[in-house]
Amino acid sequence: MGEKKSVWEHLKAWVDGEEVILDADKYIVNRSKREKKNWRRNFSMEYIRGNVKLYRFLSIAISVLFIGIMLSVVNDLPEFGNPANPADNEVMERYLESGIEETGATNFVAGMILDYRAFDTFGEANVLFLAVMCVVLLLKKDQKNYSAKEEQENREDDFFDENEKRPILQIGGKLLAPLIILYGIYVILNGHLSPGGGFSGGTIIGAGLILYASAYGQKKMQTFFTFRTFTLICVGGLLTYCACKSYSFFTGANHVGFEIPKGIPGHILSAGFILPLNICVGLIVACTMYGFYALFTKGDI
Amino acid sequence: MEHINLVHNIPFFSIFLAMLCGIITALVKNGRVAYKIHTIMVLVVGIMSGILLASVVKNNEIFTFMMGHFPAPWGNELRAGPLEALMAVTFSIVMLLMVSGGSEFIFKDVLPEKQPLYFIMLNALFGAMLALVYTNDIFTAYVFIEINTIASCALIMAKGTPQSMVGTTHYLVISLLGSGLFLLGASILYSITGHLLFPQMKEAILEIIKTEQYRLPLLVVTGFMFIGIAIKSALFPFHSMLPGAYHAAIPTSSGILSGLVLKSYVILGIKLIYCVFSEYVMETLKITEVLFAFGLAGMVMGSVYAMKERKMKRMLAYSSVAQIGYIYMGIGMGTRVGMTAACFHILAHAITKTLLFLCCGSFVEDSGGKEKIYHMRGAAHRNLLAGVGYTVGALSMVGIPLLAGFISKVYFATASVYSSGKMAAVLIVLGVSMVLNALYFLPSVIAIWTPVKGAESRPTSSVSPVFAVSIVGFIILNFALGIYYRPITRIIQMSIDLLVQ
Repeated sequence: MGEKKSVWEHLKAWVDGEEVILDADKYIVNRSKREKKNWRRNFSMEYIRGNVKLYRFLSIAISVLFIGIMLSVVNDLPEFGNPANPADNEVMERYLESGIEETGATNFVAGMILDYRAFDTFGEANVLFLAVMCVVLLLKKDQKNYSAKEEQENREDDFFDENEKRPILQIGGKLLAPLIILYGIYVILNGHLSPGGGFSGGTIIGAGLILYASAYGQKKMQTFFTFRTFTLICVGGLLTYCACKSYSFFTGANHVGFEIPKGIPGHILSAGFILPLNICVGLIVACTMYGFYALFTKGDI
Repeated sequence: MEHINLVHNIPFFSIFLAMLCGIITALVKNGRVAYKIHTIMVLVVGIMSGILLASVVKNNEIFTFMMGHFPAPWGNELRAGPLEALMAVTFSIVMLLMVSGGSEFIFKDVLPEKQPLYFIMLNALFGAMLALVYTNDIFTAYVFIEINTIASCALIMAKGTPQSMVGTTHYLVISLLGSGLFLLGASILYSITGHLLFPQMKEAILEIIKTEQYRLPLLVVTGFMFIGIAIKSALFPFHSMLPGAYHAAIPTSSGILSGLVLKSYVILGIKLIYCVFSEYVMETLKITEVLFAFGLAGMVMGSVYAMKERKMKRMLAYSSVAQIGYIYMGIGMGTRVGMTAACFHILAHAITKTLLFLCCGSFVEDSGGKEKIYHMRGAAHRNLLAGVGYTVGALSMVGIPLLAGFISKVYFATASVYSSGKMAAVLIVLGVSMVLNALYFLPSVIAIWTPVKGAESRPTSSVSPVFAVSIVGFIILNFALGIYYRPITRIIQMSIDLLVQ
């Protein structure tokens, strides 16, 4: 920084992007050195400790403020179960009074989420699908996120899976997994008749699959559940959902007619599209649950 | 069978087509095929939205579309008018040009086996943005905000580098804060109004204002929802996730996130203002004033941060913060003229910022991955088309006549006359912000046109035809919007009048 630059030279340097502010040569040299080190910001404890009191004070103050606001809001909210509440209006009345007749489902919740407000549920099913696809994008083994060391570790894990004797877990898994899955199927198929439905039943099936996978290792799972089956089931479920709902939205909105017969409420084959939709949602949820488990443990399905 | 009005089905078709393509793409193994599916889908949606726009403008109508067999307070509903159709058309055009122009970056930076996944996310993101534009139901809005968040994070992390992971995490945490506040607001709003659909909510809220019951929850809910949307659209104090995320993502993602995704939340906010809270309530609760103040702060601070930045992409990210500030300032003026300016700026910024990110990505590639403005000297000589594109984009952002950015600034200045008490603030901050804009954009423009001493400036590294087409398309759009702006602003004014009814 020995020689003095004229103002014009400074301006020129600034225009070229060499300088940020005038008379800042030294500052720039220092900064660029520091930035070269690492893309991570290295927080030193000293730096943080300097502000620790301020941070603590601010975080407590903001939290207390928000707690205060929230509590006063809750205090002002309508009382739970009071018949004069704003939420007890014609919307709820129609759901409860003519729900069975209009949707054919004795489970009002199923009728609500899969018939009255099926578009939202379509969105939710897509959220699950996208979430699992995101995890695939992030964690599925590829050359960027998978090193030789991890490969080694994974192979060791597989070795233990095959050779370790875990009689309690294995026998338990063998006995319980089919029962759990069967129960999940029951919950899904009776979604329109009793509490439950695609989301809860799918979670139960997923739990069964996870139990089986943790007892017998992922290799064994892959004999019947590969990435291909996973994609096919998810896509098949969503496509069926999409097709059913497109049909019913299109016919409903344009008053075309051709309504799906509702059947007799209470029978297993009733409630129009709700049963197939529950099955689709159940399949997607089950695959998603197991997919998360498999991807987070091994980075593959 | 009654007569079917196919035009009214277009919002439903567009959303479902985008989601359907997203689902089908999961079966595709080759990135190129996925790219083709995506392009065709966006093209079809764009054409359909164009037809919808022509039809609603001709009939001067805003219509609701029943999603299913059940009418409004019981079932879901979509709603489309000129504003929605205009936004859908813009989103389709920008998406088409951006993805085709930036397809090289996708194929280069994303691993081949993961390219189809990237396109799944693009399709879903597009569908979710359309749904946010068309929705007439607050819970549908929340569901599609979720999809939007997930897909945006996937777009950022698709590059797979450590930086992109850090950027994604930061983006995810802050966006989830926004979604959480929105959900909290929606659920409390449901418990005090008893409805989820916009028109019914509006009536209930007017009732609340009249009777004074649940006044405090209403105030807090309004605050939560608008803070949530402000966080999602990176209004000034909540902007910290943008630079890291945009810097680390591939240029295509950065352009889409900055040009379109932020805007989809702003449009949702505008719909909430007119269809749920109504102008009167917004004024009584002083929400517009708060948005106005933060908008002004964002305009200045975004530019100040951008001036300090020496990496081009981060500079563009901070510039987005400033532009979002402009939009919120327009909304915060609380007049329809201000809203028109804000809506026009949404369009102008969408076509300009995507162009800038596209050119910037190409410069970075030409200079061998170096990202500082300093290293980009002479970049325009190496890649002439991108240089011209960047210059046009930068000049438009600064506000040079004949370009889109100028018109929106003129409209902001005009609108300030109509909002009493805010004129001086608007004009002063607008002036300061424009000077600041020039102070950070022009040096980068001069830098890219300055040849490097010693190094020969090769005329061009080969430019692929789609890239050229998309840059030229963006430049033409920019001039078109800057010269023939009257029809667009007329459509916006008309749609705002329709929304208020």
